[in-house]
Amino acid sequence: MNWSQLLSSSIGRKIVMSVTGLFLISFLVVHLGINACVFNDLYDATDNGDMFNRAADYMGKTMLIRLMEIVLFLGFFIHIIQGVMLEMENHNKRKIGYQVPVGNKGSKWYSRSMGLLGTILLLFLILHWWHFWIPSRFTHVGLETPIILSNGRMSHDMFLLMKITFSEWWVVIVYVLACISLTYHLLHGFESAFRSLGVHNGRYIKILKSIGIGYSVIVPLVFAMMPISFKMGWIG
Amino acid sequence: MEHKSINLKLKIWRQSNSQTSGSFKTYTVNDVSTEMSFLEMIDVLNEKLISEGSEPIAFDHDCREGICGACSMYINGRPHGPMNETTTCQLHMRAFNDGETIVIEPWRANAFTVLKDLVVDRSSFDRIIQAGGFISVNTGNAVDANSLPIEKSKADASFAAAACIGCGACVAACKNSSAMLFVSAKVTHLALLPQGSPERKIRALNMVAQMDKEGFGSCTNTGACEAICPKGISIENIARLNKEYLMAGLTSEK
Repeated sequence: MNWSQLLSSSIGRKIVMSVTGLFLISFLVVHLGINACVFNDLYDATDNGDMFNRAADYMGKTMLIRLMEIVLFLGFFIHIIQGVMLEMENHNKRKIGYQVPVGNKGSKWYSRSMGLLGTILLLFLILHWWHFWIPSRFTHVGLETPIILSNGRMSHDMFLLMKITFSEWWVVIVYVLACISLTYHLLHGFESAFRSLGVHNGRYIKILKSIGIGYSVIVPLVFAMMPISFKMGWIG
Repeated sequence: MEHKSINLKLKIWRQSNSQTSGSFKTYTVNDVSTEMSFLEMIDVLNEKLISEGSEPIAFDHDCREGICGACSMYINGRPHGPMNETTTCQLHMRAFNDGETIVIEPWRANAFTVLKDLVVDRSSFDRIIQAGGFISVNTGNAVDANSLPIEKSKADASFAAAACIGCGACVAACKNSSAMLFVSAKVTHLALLPQGSPERKIRALNMVAQMDKEGFGSCTNTGACEAICPKGISIENIARLNKEYLMAGLTSEK
């Protein structure tokens, strides 16, 4: 069995989904850690986003991080393409459906709706790139005036861009809804990824389940608090 | 248990052969004893249909004691009906109420062609088993019982997996029409035992390859299969098959 046979079989493709999924899960921790710096304003009102801007400046100007950005895009690309293909193929495996569907008997709605939740997240991702990634890398719209950070470096004011972006109610609502979708996507995805990689030992599954629930609730919750905090004027 | 007679309305899928398209037909069955099994109730209906000169409903059945895996009705949105860990043949009419409408459908999956009414072709399962191949055992005189030591917990887990009767309810319940619970039960059953360990890797690879060839979907760990399995096969087996397959695939020489 060669690599392409292994990775294109039904189990091989699950393994690809789980490995890319776990990579994206690890990316979210980094993303959350960097962005949570905006909450420094709650402790130090004079900070005015300096801590976050310094973190963003580091991320934008470090070679290793820029290389990882390419790997990250690759991870997103494979996870999305593979996910869409699997969803469509699996859907076609039952050409004639049931009069009375199986429904929630034995499975959770979000476990069966990973394709839908993933599509919502993809649409959100496009909006999210348009809001932050494209301005910071290419167009610099909303980032025209550079600021001087407390470490003396010149940088874009990403904190200000967040403040402006999250001043609109519809943006806040869309971001919160995306975070809710992320919670449900992760509630299934986190545990399922480990199962796909062959973790069958009951003791470990139990631990991973608990970590998965904690992760799926806490990470999107902290992300959701960012637009809410800007809109409510708690920070910024 | 109180004995009752109930009247039922049955909405059953009728299809004359695999080439034609079918449709639902409604039947009324009166004075059904609650002590009848589900299949006996269908027998009663078929007697009536035959006496009226119409075609009886074709359905699969054999042992009628829950061990052969032949019965295969999808009843009210659940393979094998409403009871947990119960095959259709062991389902009794006391599980239903007087005046209830029961919708009966065949297993639905591309890999399971409807042959007639509620009968589906499950020979794809047989081909997966065949793909698993033989196991090497020493022949000669009969060996003493228990001469091959097997850890009790492993023997129990293997036996639990071997309880799979290959009815196909897991495929019928899965949103992806995946046969992973079946294949994983068959692979696990032998993977935990010293017998057949020389072919352990090739067995996992070949059975999964055949499963893919037969047109089953892939597993997304939703858990519906485990919940409806009449033999209580655990979804843990699927993770074990994933491990078996991954290890076999990664260590393959070619």
